[in-house]
Amino acid sequence: MFPFIFEWVWDIDHLVFMGGLWYALTIIGLGLTYCVAKTIIDIKSQEGKGGHDTHH
Amino acid sequence: MQKTPEHIKAKRYGMVIDLDKCIGCGDCMVACYAENNIPFKEDESDKMLSTNWIQVYKITNGKPFPETDICYIPKPCMQCAGRHEGHSPCVSVCPATATDYDWPTGIVSQIYTRCFGCRYCMAACPYHARKFNWWDPVWPADMKKYLNPHVSPRMRGVVEKCTFCYHRYQQARDKAYLEDRDELHENEYQTACAVACPTGAIVFGELDNPDHAVHELKQSKYAFRLLEKLNTNPKVYYLSTRKWVHRAGDNYLDGEEPDFGKGPDKKAQQHKESH
Amino acid sequence: MTTPAIPEGVKRCPTRQFALWLAVVGAVLLWGVYAMYLCWYKGLNQTNMNDAYGFALWIWADLAVIALGGGAFFSGFLAYIIGNKEVKHIINYAVIIGFICYSSALLILAIDIGQPLRGWFIFWHANVHSMLTEVAFCLSVYFAVLTIEFLPLIFENPKLDRIPFVHHMAHNLHEVMAVFAATGVFLSFFHQGSLGGVSGVLYGRPFSYRDGLFIWPWTFFLFTWSAAAVGPLFTISVTRLTEAITRKKLVKNSVYQMLAKISGWMLLTYIIAKIIDTWYWATEIAPSMGFAFMDFYSNNPLYGIWILVAEIILGGVVPALILITRKGRENGYLLFTAAILAMIGICLNRWVMVLQVMAVPLLPFQEWFMYSPSWQEVATTILPVAYGIILISLAHRYLLVFPQEKELNPGN
Repeated sequence: MFPFIFEWVWDIDHLVFMGGLWYALTIIGLGLTYCVAKTIIDIKSQEGKGGHDTHH
Repeated sequence: MQKTPEHIKAKRYGMVIDLDKCIGCGDCMVACYAENNIPFKEDESDKMLSTNWIQVYKITNGKPFPETDICYIPKPCMQCAGRHEGHSPCVSVCPATATDYDWPTGIVSQIYTRCFGCRYCMAACPYHARKFNWWDPVWPADMKKYLNPHVSPRMRGVVEKCTFCYHRYQQARDKAYLEDRDELHENEYQTACAVACPTGAIVFGELDNPDHAVHELKQSKYAFRLLEKLNTNPKVYYLSTRKWVHRAGDNYLDGEEPDFGKGPDKKAQQHKESH
Repeated sequence: MTTPAIPEGVKRCPTRQFALWLAVVGAVLLWGVYAMYLCWYKGLNQTNMNDAYGFALWIWADLAVIALGGGAFFSGFLAYIIGNKEVKHIINYAVIIGFICYSSALLILAIDIGQPLRGWFIFWHANVHSMLTEVAFCLSVYFAVLTIEFLPLIFENPKLDRIPFVHHMAHNLHEVMAVFAATGVFLSFFHQGSLGGVSGVLYGRPFSYRDGLFIWPWTFFLFTWSAAAVGPLFTISVTRLTEAITRKKLVKNSVYQMLAKISGWMLLTYIIAKIIDTWYWATEIAPSMGFAFMDFYSNNPLYGIWILVAEIILGGVVPALILITRKGRENGYLLFTAAILAMIGICLNRWVMVLQVMAVPLLPFQEWFMYSPSWQEVATTILPVAYGIILISLAHRYLLVFPQEKELNPGN
C-alpha cells in the first residue's frame, strides 16, 4: 500500500493499481475537505451577519 | 511475486514419484506429519477436513478380477511454476502476498503470520494441496514435547501446505555457508517423505541439475504430471509404465489418448512447436 | 416548540406498531448475530466448508448482494453523469439500498476470513496482481463514497437540520455530489468487474477460467454489465415492495418505466454477450483443458444443464424481452415478474461462478464435491437481510427518502 512496506516494487503494476487507489482517495479527501471548509465559512459568515436562522 | 535478483542462481527443486514402486504404506504421510508439526483430530475420516501436506490416493483401473489393478498416488504440493515461471495458480491470487514463489528454489512458500484466511488460494489450486486450519491445533498430552523446533506450528484460521521441507533447505544452506560452499549436495537437502519412503519411490532433488537423480528420471518416457493440460507446470513428476495410470492423471476428451511413452518434456516441446 | 423527528407533511405508522415491527425483524437479526459470534469465537469449523469448498455460501452472498446493490452506482451514473432527471426521484433509495448491500458484503467478508483481526493485511500487504485485492480496495472505498452519498439525506432529518453545521454540510455535500458519484462509478466499474475476475482468472479451474483483455478475463466485463443491468431492477423491486408494505405510492410510474427500459436493454446486450462467452468457453477453452461441455453438467445430484438454461433463458432472455417491450414494462405484474426473474438469473450466475466451480472434480478419479451450508452460515447470511430491513424502516420513517412522496400522497 505504501512504498515503505517491504513488498512494494516500483513497477508499472504497482503504479497503475496504487495510482488508481490514491487518485480515488485523494478526490474523496479533497471533496470532503472542501465541504467541511465551506461549511465553516458559511457558518462564520452567517454569524457575522448576526443571523441565527438556519432555515433559509 | 518478486523478480529473481540477478546474482542468485535459480534452482528448481522437484520430485519424481515412481507409482509402480509405491505400495501405499503411508510412511510419507506419517513422516510429514511428524516433521512439519501437522495437527490431527480424533476423527480423520473426512479427508477434506484433514490437514495433510502429502496425501496418498488409491485408484483402480475399474476392471473386474483378475484384471483388477490398483495404484497409489502420493500427492504433495506440486510447487507449480505456473504459465510463466512464478505465476503459480495460488501465488498470483493471494491478496496479502502471504504465499510467494521462491525464485532461488522454485518452492511456493506460505507465510502463516501473514495469511488472514480468505482461502482464495485454495479455490485456485486444482490439486487441493492447500489445507485450512478449521480448528485450533491440539496435540495429545506429551506430544507437544516431540514437536519439531525448526517448524512453526500454525494457528486456527490460516492456510498451510507442503513446503518441500523448506526448513531442511535452510539448514543445509547454513551448513554449506559455514563450509564456504555455494552448492548443496543432493543428499544434503531431502524432504522427510522422500527419506521415509521404504521403496525409494519418492526421489527428490534439483530438476535442472544433471548430477541429481530427478534430472534423468523426469525425462523418462514413462513420466507424466497431474493435470498437465491446465498449464500449471508442476514440479512433481510421476512415473508409471501403466497406460491407465497416465490416463488417470489428466482429463481427456472422447477419442483422445494420453501421449503414453513420450515423457512430459517431449510433450512440452511438441506443444511449443505446435504453437 | 420541539421539532418532530418525522419529516413534515408525510404520514408514518404509530410508534407502537413500528416498535413491534422492529422487534420481529430484530429477533431474526439477533439469531444471525449469535451465529456470527459462534463463527468468530469457535472458528470456521462452525461452517460446512472444507478444503474443497474454501469458497461457499458467503462468497456467493457477497457476489449476489454486490450485484444487486449495483443499482446505486448505475443510478448515480445516470443521475449525476448523464444528467437524467427522472432517476433523481429514486436515487436516494438506490443509495440506501447500495449502502446496505455494501455494508452487508463487508460484514460477511469479516465473518468469512479465518483471521478477522488480520483483515487489514489485504490493504497493508496488498498483492496488486490479485483480483481480491482490487475487490477489497474498491469495495471499501466505494462504501465510503456511498456513506458520503447517504449523509446529506440523514442530515436533512428535521431534528438534525436544526444544527447549523449539519444544515450547511448537507447543502455543500449536495453541491459537489457529482464528483463523489463519478468516483463511485469509477470504483464500481472495477470492483464489480474484479468480482467477476475472481473466478475468471483461476486457470486451474476449467469451469470458471476465461480468456480476456489485458489482465481482465471476460467475466470481468460480464459481471460489471450484469450488475448495471440488474441492480436498478432490484432498486425498483424493493421500492415496489416498500410501496406495498406502506400502502402508498412513493415514486411515479414514469420513473419505473424509464429505469426498466434501460435495464431491459442492458440485460439484453449482457445476455447476448454471456451466450457468446458460454459458447466460446464450451467449444474452445474447456476442451483445451480436457473437458467436454457436459462433463460440467452430469454425474452429480444437483448441477444439471437445467441450471444453465435457468440462468440464461429464464433469468436473462425472458426478462430482457419483457422489459424492452413497452407493453411488458407497462404491465405492473409483468414488470415485477421480469425483475424477479432477472434477479434470480444473476444470483444463479454468481452461484455457479462460486459453488459449481468448487464442485467440479478435476482429477478423473475424484467424485463431485457437494456442499450444503450449516445453520450458522445460513443465519449469518440472513443477518444482513434483517439488518437491511431495519435500516430501510428507520430511513423511511425518519428521512424524506422519496422526493415525490408528498406530491403523490396529498392530504397527509
